[in-house]
Amino acid sequence: MTTPVPDLTKPRKARKLSLAERSLDSGLRVVAVRKPGVPLAEVRLRVPALSARPTHPARISLLSDAMLTGAAGLDRAGVAAAVQALGGDLSVSVDADRLLVGGNVLATNLPALLRLIASVLTEPSYAPREVATERDRLVERLTIARSRPGVIASEALGLRMWGRHPYAVDLPQPEAVAATTAAQVRRLHDELIRPDGATLVIVGDVSPKRALDQVEKALAGWTGSPLASKVPALPASPAGPLLIVDRPGAVQSSLRLGGEAVPRSDPRYPALQLANLIFGGYFSSRWTENIREDKGYTYGPHSRIDHHVLGSTLMFDVEVATEVTAPSVLETRYELGRIASLPVTEAEVAAVRQYAIGTLALGTATQAGLASNLSALAGVGLGLDWILGHPARLTATGVDEVSAAAAEFFAPARLTGVVVGNAARIAEPLAALGDVEQ
Amino acid sequence: MPAATLPAPSFELVQHTLDNGLRVVLAPDRSAPVVGIAVLYDVGMRSEPEGRTGFAHLFEHLMFQGSANLEKLEHFRYVQSSGGTFNGSTHLDYTNYFEALPSNALERGLFLEADRMLSPRITEENLANQLDVVKNEIRVNVLNRPYGGFPWIYLPAVLFDSFANSHNGYGGFEDLESATVADAKDFFNRYYAPANAVLAVAGDLAVDETLELVEHHFGPITKRRKPRRPNFGEPPLSSERRERHDDPHAPMPAVAIGYRVGDPVRGLNGHLAMLLLAEVLSDGDASRLQQRLVQRDHLVTDISAYLGEFGDPFDERDPSAFTITAHYPDARSLDAILAAVDDELDRIATDGLEPGELDRVRTRLVSVLMRELDSVLNRTLEFAKFELIYGRADLVAELPGRLAAVSESAIRKAAATLRPDRRAVLELVAGGAQ
Repeated sequence: MTTPVPDLTKPRKARKLSLAERSLDSGLRVVAVRKPGVPLAEVRLRVPALSARPTHPARISLLSDAMLTGAAGLDRAGVAAAVQALGGDLSVSVDADRLLVGGNVLATNLPALLRLIASVLTEPSYAPREVATERDRLVERLTIARSRPGVIASEALGLRMWGRHPYAVDLPQPEAVAATTAAQVRRLHDELIRPDGATLVIVGDVSPKRALDQVEKALAGWTGSPLASKVPALPASPAGPLLIVDRPGAVQSSLRLGGEAVPRSDPRYPALQLANLIFGGYFSSRWTENIREDKGYTYGPHSRIDHHVLGSTLMFDVEVATEVTAPSVLETRYELGRIASLPVTEAEVAAVRQYAIGTLALGTATQAGLASNLSALAGVGLGLDWILGHPARLTATGVDEVSAAAAEFFAPARLTGVVVGNAARIAEPLAALGDVEQ
Repeated sequence: MPAATLPAPSFELVQHTLDNGLRVVLAPDRSAPVVGIAVLYDVGMRSEPEGRTGFAHLFEHLMFQGSANLEKLEHFRYVQSSGGTFNGSTHLDYTNYFEALPSNALERGLFLEADRMLSPRITEENLANQLDVVKNEIRVNVLNRPYGGFPWIYLPAVLFDSFANSHNGYGGFEDLESATVADAKDFFNRYYAPANAVLAVAGDLAVDETLELVEHHFGPITKRRKPRRPNFGEPPLSSERRERHDDPHAPMPAVAIGYRVGDPVRGLNGHLAMLLLAEVLSDGDASRLQQRLVQRDHLVTDISAYLGEFGDPFDERDPSAFTITAHYPDARSLDAILAAVDDELDRIATDGLEPGELDRVRTRLVSVLMRELDSVLNRTLEFAKFELIYGRADLVAELPGRLAAVSESAIRKAAATLRPDRRAVLELVAGGAQ
């Protein structure tokens, strides 16, 4: 006799968040949200950094690594000690779309952290000695990064999907970094790191209106617009044969597939999001239940929707044991074909709908989670309203819409694919399944 | 900021022990409609038998394969279709299982944990499947990537002597393949008794109602003897040890320098001084080792000092370890790196800290500890872990105050114990260098 699994009880509503936003004269958009919990504040400054110039990836990467190495009379250790004394942390990262200055601080020290950020933005040092140190470290880190199978695979996939478009470049080339000078980095900062078009998100144990005033005061000296940059539209990614990239000695194969998706603002997005979850976007997905829980080919496959400023993509990744590479590709194509050509079920949609609503709430329940989400949304012109309205959109999305989205985006013939592994052992079995390229 | 003005978190904690010995910690916080549920069992990699390396972790996988009232796959589906997330992880001294859920799934989550504490479905088929999954987990995290398992898998073999402390906790494939259903059933019976576990629930809950639900679902599980836990402690090394580890994928060498440190539970104050020392040495660009080895001497690409073998200072009982790791471009630099590290430790032991150095490092550390508690799931796991390892869930709230009481001289003393003759040095030889 089995004991029944307890039903869910009545859900409790989340408290309303208090938010304030303001566009400063400089063009900087600032969003502040009160979210008590721990006595901290999270800060995310997002500066657009999309560029098609061939020198850009190396220069912006080095700029990002050297940005905190001195400002306004403080040397590198001086900047770090000042941030640390506030109970704070600052870091800078870049991708093809943006540069992000992220941090957190004891809430009472937020104004002081904002002043430090202002000095980094307006009076950065980029001392040749520090830039040289970071240049060497970046070259070394790139070497390490490119020894990882996942990095090799995503570079190969990016190149195949986007060719010469800037989105194809995840990491700069070491030679280009080695040739970059402190003067070039300083000039790029001057041209690009400007408030017009940038967004600053603050979330934490703060009064939103007071936080906006503090930002306005601290960043008053940061002005100007970035140099305009023309970037071509994202090309359609070609399908075609599976590309095999040889990695001798690999004991696993890294399979990556990519295709087009739609952005969060598209009416089809909720349906595509749910279709992705059913396919491979959560543990209880078809892909995981098949090739992990039934066949044991892998520790775990994942599919996801990546959002960029110029477009969104559907991405699939899985690492499988070398000896089951071809069977894994076979099962993956079977599941792709199945979801693209047969309707999903009511039960599957109900499960992923609840999962999507629940994990959105969990992912935005922390100061850091909410800040990162709001900053990413701000990059494509969306905000808190999108988060608050999304559960209703998911609830209104049914089997027909999800099946239609699956048919449109998951068809295996529409996806671009690469596999990184021991070619001597995987090429022949893979060729037996269809066209491959080496 | 000065130690006296540091903020400190405060929590409402309710503790209770069921008749079968299960310890329960509840931490109500109704600010958001989410709950965390965690069950920690007092058994980890150190307790696995010889010839069965990796068994504690393999067993963790088997706990997700169905239970008394649930078929395979149902656990995952019930958690996720309730809007929640789940996972489990195996540590040196314990194994945890946890969920983050909307609060309307609280009873469902408690049922799911109770059902596998009652009886997991351990079958030949599930064992064979999860053996394949675990081997792929080890391939992806260790065998197929540069620096995989470095140093956590390889350093203990140099730093410690007993099987418990020195073996590979992920397991050798041969050992994993020889695991049987009977082994798993024995392991469950011996270590997964209610009296050998802590249940923590935090977040949007009503205390009385939750205690009733806990009693209802966990109370009927039969009481079993709590296994005696051996003392795994090992005294500090008295002469330096050096070994090399070949990594076929790594493009650059690396080094791990390990020191045995004293009992984190009985010697908590000394442990906190050691933790602050780690932050003084490597937290951020103003830290001692970053300034010296990265910025001044250009010896290393990065360097980090940390307490606790998995990087969490409160994750293990006696013994624990203090570790310094670095990646560096030139294999000939190892002696210079060791000399520079020794020199920096000496400077702290001899000259002490700069004015303001302890205050800023401590302020940041307190901020980091509080930030981790913002997530309801992390809070749940921390309460459960501190209850299991330290016997005191409420220590979580006391840490800022305890850190504020650590003196500069305690940090100097901690630095003075990290002598060259007490260290184990593991050099990673880069087989993928071009």
